[in-house]
Amino acid sequence: MIRTIAVLLVLASSAHAKTIDVPAGPNAQERLQEALLDARPGDVVQIGPGRFELTDGLSLDVDKVTVRGAGPDKTVLSFKGQLGAGEGLLVTSDDVVLRSFAVEDTKGDGIKSKDANRIVYKDIRVEWTAGPKASNGAYGVYPVSSHTILVDGVTVKGASDAGIYVGQSERIVVRNSTVSQNVAGIEIENSNHADVYGNTATGNTGGILVFDLPNLPRMNGGGVRVYGNKVFANDTPNFAPKGNIVATVPKGTGVLVMANDGVHVFDNDLSENATANVMIISYRPKFEDAKYNPYPRRIIVSGNRHGRAGFAPDVPGGGFLTAAFGGNAPPVWWDGTGVPAELGLRVADQVPVLGLGLALGAPTESAKPSKVELAGAEVPQPAAVVLPAEMEAAAR
Amino acid sequence: MKRIGAALLGLAVLGFAAAAARPVPQVVDAAITAEGYPAKLSDYGFFADLAKRTPAPRVIGYDLETALFSDYTVKQRFIYVPAGAKAAYDPAKAFGFPVGSALIKTFGYGAGAAFRPIETRLLLRRASGWVAIPYVWNAEGTDALLKRAGTRLAVAFTDPSGKPRQISYAVPNQNQCKDCHALSGQIAPIGPKARYLNHGGQLQKLVAAGLLDRAPADAPRVARWDDVRAPLDARARAYLEINCAHCHNPAGAASNSGLFLELDRKEAVTIGIGKRPVAAGRGSGGREFAIQPGNAGASILIYRLRSTDPGIAMPELGRATAHDEGIALLSQWIDSMPPAPATD
Repeated sequence: MIRTIAVLLVLASSAHAKTIDVPAGPNAQERLQEALLDARPGDVVQIGPGRFELTDGLSLDVDKVTVRGAGPDKTVLSFKGQLGAGEGLLVTSDDVVLRSFAVEDTKGDGIKSKDANRIVYKDIRVEWTAGPKASNGAYGVYPVSSHTILVDGVTVKGASDAGIYVGQSERIVVRNSTVSQNVAGIEIENSNHADVYGNTATGNTGGILVFDLPNLPRMNGGGVRVYGNKVFANDTPNFAPKGNIVATVPKGTGVLVMANDGVHVFDNDLSENATANVMIISYRPKFEDAKYNPYPRRIIVSGNRHGRAGFAPDVPGGGFLTAAFGGNAPPVWWDGTGVPAELGLRVADQVPVLGLGLALGAPTESAKPSKVELAGAEVPQPAAVVLPAEMEAAAR
Repeated sequence: MKRIGAALLGLAVLGFAAAAARPVPQVVDAAITAEGYPAKLSDYGFFADLAKRTPAPRVIGYDLETALFSDYTVKQRFIYVPAGAKAAYDPAKAFGFPVGSALIKTFGYGAGAAFRPIETRLLLRRASGWVAIPYVWNAEGTDALLKRAGTRLAVAFTDPSGKPRQISYAVPNQNQCKDCHALSGQIAPIGPKARYLNHGGQLQKLVAAGLLDRAPADAPRVARWDDVRAPLDARARAYLEINCAHCHNPAGAASNSGLFLELDRKEAVTIGIGKRPVAAGRGSGGREFAIQPGNAGASILIYRLRSTDPGIAMPELGRATAHDEGIALLSQWIDSMPPAPATD
């Protein structure tokens, strides 16, 4: 009986839903934007195959709309000729599904969603087609200030900051995505309760970053699990514009955890990262913010498979490090700031750990490297992030 | 369906009544409050003579002491409040406009009789809240047509320094209207606040016309950004508020930046002094701080105001030209700050 009612409800709601077709062709900007304005909750905006040459940012502000293309290599929204707006597509409504299209060569960010809860990014490609360049936009896929986010099967190439960047949000899944030739492949920043798994991060400057920064409305991120990812050969020189925090990421970084409370890095395949496979650091620049904690706390690194790492550390004195350690610096680094047992830092990967012996805020040049043990207490993992069934269904 | 029919009937009756009986056209209240959007600006009846933009009764012109820079456009602003109602004065926030009110802003180039309108943006106060929509003028300047998806127009004009400029002028789409006008997701007016209207007897004029409930003698007033007799800090902060704070506030589109530029914001790092960028990307221009005290050239804020590249430029919308005079003001303000002790 209950099932019958549910089926009837579904039928009733879909009876009103419509599909708005937007084929490729002239005047794409206005036709596409009009469809995004005309869509009502439950509608699908179906973007046809082909290239759409756009001059301005598109935006969607209607709840429960699906924007679907013919495939990430078939429906291409090109912003090569973009004249205005800070991103290619902006979503500011809830329960939106973005699926099967590409956004190319935006002047700023690729796709941004803000205050957009329960959003699904599925089979999306965001790419800057001329390769890694400082003039590329900052973020490829950019959900921010939202809760309940799914990024699944997304590809991002060439972002001058982070390919997939989730900021100031909670309840996040980033999975089965491929990021390459970005400064940061995936970045979870000032956010809580995130699962990052099944992703491939290669050819970036740094593969997967979990950061917490001061002076922001939402801080003290944590409860993040990074597992089952392939993070290898992140060998692109850092091309981020100076001033941005990712401009400080050394080339050849695998997984980088900065500040945060409760980050579990486990069961990943980590190799060929020239600086280190895993780095645990405090927030190093000077800051003024009484509510901010710059230390990494309860960071657990375990059960990862380490290939070669530390063979060309991209830090001052990197050559000295490789020489001192007989060719390869240890694959796991800690900046040495604070007391590991108090902070709860634990590396149980059966590989050597390099401590840099840096005081809080001290410049990297003052490092006193040595092998260290990080044997903080084992703590249970945060519970898996469970998304609403509707979101999982939309991503199938 | 019945309701829409009734609304249409209402429109027809009002239009007929206006044409047949009244010498002065009246504002069509149903056009403001009914669902949907009329196709033409003339459908609202805001102007007795639309081509000359002579206002209809209860449509009162106003200006702002310091205004948003929009590619050197000249703006003609009007408030409409329906008969029998008044906007509620507020010392800090935008006035409380009753349902059926409208804010009408026409953008164009040329002074006085030489003014050529490009677009008119409407903020309509409906029972469900405000809606914002753009209308684009025809070449003859006789009427403007609804353009929900926005558009681009090639525009040539001469800026105040006498420099000829040619730009691709962007009429925002309906969502972009909201980008600037949203507070916690709800559309809100920006300009009609006591401190921006409190000059030249404007508040008193609105009260006398029956559009505003009161105009206290102690109403606040912002500095004019280009009044060299006013304190530099007050001019700069007024400019920053009206140009930036609609997004850069804790309930605005740029809430995640942590850079907040309302007039009364005090904390140095929150208004940008020594504040590192968070999501600026190449907007940082290789600079480390939004405001580097004593050094405008090293400040991200100035770099982004100078740029017209969409990946760098601030504000993000409606700016195809740099506002040289505004940049000069903010540069002078930043250069006048005592330099911070060396960081890093």
